[in-house]
Amino acid sequence: MPAFQIEANISNPLNDLAENLIEIHDLKYSRGPRVIFEGLNLVIKRGEITALMGPSGTGKTTLLRLITRQLIPQHGTIHVDGVDISKLSLAQLYQLRTRFGMLFQNGALLTDLSVFENVAFPLREHTKLTNRLIRHVVLTKLHAVGLRGAADMMPAELSGGMARRVALARAMVMDPDILIYDEPFVGLDPISMGVIVRLVRRMNDALGITSIIVSHDVEEIATVADRSFLISNGKVAASGSPDELKVAQSDLVRQFMHGMADGPVAFHFDAPGYEEQLLGRDAE
Amino acid sequence: MNKLLREIYNNGIEFVRTFGAFQLFFMRLLRHSPGILIRRFDLVIMQVFNTGALSLVIIMVSGLFVGGVLGLQGYSNLARFNAEDSIGVFAAFGLVKELGPVITALLFAGRAGTSLASEIGLMKATDQLSAMEMMAVNPVPRVLVPRFLGGVIAMPFLAAIFSMIGLFGTHLVAVELLSVDVGAFWQQMQSTVELEDINEGILKSIVFGVAASLIAVWEGYNAIPTAEGVGRATTRTVVITAIAVLIFDFMITAVML
Repeated sequence: MPAFQIEANISNPLNDLAENLIEIHDLKYSRGPRVIFEGLNLVIKRGEITALMGPSGTGKTTLLRLITRQLIPQHGTIHVDGVDISKLSLAQLYQLRTRFGMLFQNGALLTDLSVFENVAFPLREHTKLTNRLIRHVVLTKLHAVGLRGAADMMPAELSGGMARRVALARAMVMDPDILIYDEPFVGLDPISMGVIVRLVRRMNDALGITSIIVSHDVEEIATVADRSFLISNGKVAASGSPDELKVAQSDLVRQFMHGMADGPVAFHFDAPGYEEQLLGRDAE
Repeated sequence: MNKLLREIYNNGIEFVRTFGAFQLFFMRLLRHSPGILIRRFDLVIMQVFNTGALSLVIIMVSGLFVGGVLGLQGYSNLARFNAEDSIGVFAAFGLVKELGPVITALLFAGRAGTSLASEIGLMKATDQLSAMEMMAVNPVPRVLVPRFLGGVIAMPFLAAIFSMIGLFGTHLVAVELLSVDVGAFWQQMQSTVELEDINEGILKSIVFGVAASLIAVWEGYNAIPTAEGVGRATTRTVVITAIAVLIFDFMITAVML
């Protein structure tokens, strides 16, 4: 696809009318000999909060990295707003990424900058706003996550939950079209979690953005997500609203949604028999 | 035997591949350097401070003692030939052309190189570089280039300071302690050391600065993003820089003779 055509697709207002914001078709991705995705198909609709769920190690974070082209699939296509992201040049990719905000699992705050400067970082890099205006925007975002008072602290002084809240403020400071959350609820106390869940919902509805959440937290996801995808064995095992998934009859879905030890997903990693290993020859 | 040959072949291919990637990486840094020097000189200055100013103490203390040792050794050897007045020339040639740039580069690798490699490696391990990419900020010009340029700019100054402090150390030992004539000490140095000798030292310190900074940035950026991986990258930075500096020193000396 020629460059001008991609540019047109990125900024074409007609694309805003399309219902599907992200389309993943026949995605295959392996890391070494380990197959992570084997023909995965998935559609994320504009304006919705979409949850990606699944047992540990199924590649949910990897999927987020593929959607944002931090990783490149071996096969298949990923379209964001009608654009095949594998065909973008580096400059075009960065242009597209200005529309993304991403909250990393560990916050990924820049450790040599204060909380204030971390949130101000995208503004300083991409805009020519005055210091006064940047201060106004940053303090507003920090206030939204309850950390305006921590503006002068360094990331090393924050707890894990606070760091993730600062990262959330940073992710939304450029008012992105697509907000991606990787395990946003881990390490948050119940009060912070409630506030953040409501914030995610409110931002999505008020600003008309699209949110993608990777989480294990079935209960919290049920209160906030419009649609959930359960990923297992490299494919989408089930999809639907959280309520639909809760009453689904599939063994895998029931095991995951109700946190059961027995089911298609083994709790134990492959190992020889327990008794044999404890009492067998290796024990001597 | 077949297995051994295959191993050698595979290692050879891997070496060529890594060396090619290393050169491409160097080209990327050079390509972004003019833009960063013009638009974001503040970032470069900060890194000159981090790699240069913060290395000053170790450079000055080492320079003083290396100069002192040169004074002691020079005096005891030159006195056998009644040439102890030439100790200034002996120390100046040794420091300006060889010891200044080489020891500064080795100390630089130990102090600033390890700091650069571990900082960049940890930024990678904690997703800070990925976060920058997701904020549409290319980490190569924003993070790597200022650190590379900071090291390249700081090295010649550090080497010059090392040589000056070293000569002061030699002066302390030879003139103040061993009573070598102060006039002969400085006058012989002034009349014998030529500008081209100093240029050789400057050239070496620039080449070593490029090598040490490039290796540190490369190792940090390509570190396996784990605690062990960052530790190994830090160690490799010191080892590879030390070998590279000594090889380049030999090559430049051979060419300049």
